Amino acid sequence: MRRRLIDFRGAGRVWQRDLWVYRDRWYYGLLPNFFEPLFYLLGLGVGLGYYVSSGGQFGQDYLTYIAPGLVAASAMNGAAFETTYNVFVKLHFGRLYDAMVTTRVNMEDVAVGEWWWAVTRSFIYGGIFLLITLFFHTPLTWRILVALPAIALVGYCFSAIGLAFTSVIHIIDVFSYFFTLFITPSFLFSGIFFPVQDRFPTALVWVAEATPLYRAVRLVRGIVNGQWQGLWFDVLYLAVVGTVLGVFAVWRMQRRVIR
Amino acid sequence: MPESDTVVEVDSVFKRYGEVRAVDGVSFDVTRGEFFGMLGPNGAGKSTLMRMIYQVTPRTSGSLRVLGMPSGERARSIKQRLGVVPQLDNLDEELRVLDNLLIYARFNGIGGAAARRRADELLAFAELDDKRKAMVDELSGGMKRRLMLVRGLMNDPEIVVLDEPTTGLDPQVRLNLWNKLEELRAQGKTLLMSTHYMDEAERLCDRLVIMDHGKVIATGAPRALIRDNLPPLVIEARAAVGEGARLEDAAQRLGLSAVRSADRVSVFVDDADEALGQLREQGWRLETAFVRPANLEDVFLKLTGRALRE
Repeated sequence: MRRRLIDFRGAGRVWQRDLWVYRDRWYYGLLPNFFEPLFYLLGLGVGLGYYVSSGGQFGQDYLTYIAPGLVAASAMNGAAFETTYNVFVKLHFGRLYDAMVTTRVNMEDVAVGEWWWAVTRSFIYGGIFLLITLFFHTPLTWRILVALPAIALVGYCFSAIGLAFTSVIHIIDVFSYFFTLFITPSFLFSGIFFPVQDRFPTALVWVAEATPLYRAVRLVRGIVNGQWQGLWFDVLYLAVVGTVLGVFAVWRMQRRVIR
Repeated sequence: MPESDTVVEVDSVFKRYGEVRAVDGVSFDVTRGEFFGMLGPNGAGKSTLMRMIYQVTPRTSGSLRVLGMPSGERARSIKQRLGVVPQLDNLDEELRVLDNLLIYARFNGIGGAAARRRADELLAFAELDDKRKAMVDELSGGMKRRLMLVRGLMNDPEIVVLDEPTTGLDPQVRLNLWNKLEELRAQGKTLLMSTHYMDEAERLCDRLVIMDHGKVIATGAPRALIRDNLPPLVIEARAAVGEGARLEDAAQRLGLSAVRSADRVSVFVDDADEALGQLREQGWRLETAFVRPANLEDVFLKLTGRALRE
C-alpha cells in the first residue's frame, strides 16, 4: 500500500472539529461580522465619501468604489485572525494538535484541515460583507455570484500566508509585526481607497502591486463592476502564492509537532 | 492469518537530537494481553520511546513494528488501533466533555450511533455520566485524567499507551485510576505504561523494562527483577550523625551489600534477625531500624548507584 501524504478525510474531520466549536458559539462571532462592514461603509463611504468629490475610477460614487475592496479586505482579515492567534494558541498552549495526531489523523492532515477552516471563516466574513454592500448601491447582478468563489480564493491565499507566518514564529507577540507591517499597510495601500498609481511614486506602486491584497482588491472589484480584462493574472497570482505558502506551512507545522 | 502474539517489537532503536541520545539502542517486545511497563527516572528516554511507538516521533535508526506493521510507513493504520493517553492533559477546551469523545472517535473514522454508544459506555466507566455537557475546564484534575483515559479508548484500541498516567495526582485519584487500568487489563487489553513510580510499576505491571540514560538496564517481571538482583529483605537503619559511612562499612565487612545516603543505610539481607543481631553485637544500637521487602527502587539503586527520584 502506498503511503498517502495527505488524508483528506482526516483533514475534513479536523475541519469538522472547528465547525463544532463554531456551531456552539457562532452567535458571538457572527454578529460583529455584520457590524464591521456596516461601520466601514457608513464611516468611509457615506461619511468620508461625501467630501471625496473627484469620484471613483468608473465614475461611481466613493462608496461604490471602495465597497468591493473592503469585501476583499474583510476576507483577508478573517483568514489572518483564524490562522494567526487561533492556530498559534492551539499549537502552543492548548497542545491540541499533539492530541489530534495520536489518532489516525497525521499532522499534515491537521494543517490542511485548519487551512480549510480558515478559508471557510474567511468566506463567511467576506460573504457577509458582500451581502451588506448590496444595501449600499452595489449593483445586484449575476456577477455577485462570481464574486463568491473569488472571495474563497482570497481566503485561500491569506490563510496560507497566515499559516506560513504562524508556522515559523515561536513568540505570540511577533504577530504584532504581521498585523502592523503587513496587514495594515496592505489594507491602506492596496487600492481600496485610492488608485495607488495616481498618488505614489513608481517604486512604491510596484511594491503595492506585488502585494496579495492589491490582487485581491482588483479581482473582486473587477468582478463586481464587470471589468474582466486581466483578472486571470490576479487569479493565478492568488492561487500560486496561496499554494506555495500553504504547502510550506503544512510542511513546517508537521516538523514542529512531529519531532 | 492469525495475528502474532508480539504486538510491539522494538529492535535496536535510537533517537538522537543533535548530540543528545534520548534513546540509545533499545530492544524489547510486548506480548498481546500483558501490562507492560517502562520504569525510569525523568530523562531516561521513556517518553521519547512512547512517542515513537504511538507514531509522533520519528526514530533515528533501528526497527520498530507495532501490531505487525512497520512504524512510520503505516503510521495512520497503527494509530487507528492504538489508544494514547499522553503525559500532559491536552483535552479540547473549546468542546464539551461528550464532544471531546465524539470528535476523537471521528478522527479515527468512527461516527454516528456507534460513537455515541461507545461514548455512553465510557462516560459510565469514567464516572463522568453527569458531566457530559460540561466544559472541560469545569472538571477537577482527577476527572480530566479519567476523561483523557476514556478518550484514548473511544476507538476500542488493541493497545493502550499511557505516558506517566498518574504523575502529579492525589493519592486517592491515583488509586482510582489504577483500578480503571486493572479493569482494562482484565478485559484483555494490552497496556503499555511509562512511570517513574516504583510502587505503580510493581503493582500494575506483568513485565517491565528499567531504563536509564536512554538504555534498558534490566527486563523482567517485577518480582523476578527483585529476586534476581537482590536479597529479599532490606534493613533501613539510621546511624548517628556522621556515623553513616562506618555503619555501611560494618555491614559490608559482614559480607552484606549496603548502600548509604548520608546517615541512612540500607542493608540487603536474607535473614534480617541474624544480620541485626550481628550488627548489635558490634555495638550498633539501631533503635529506629526497620525491615521491609526489597523493591524495584532498590533494584534501580543497585544497578545505577542512584535513587530513582532525586
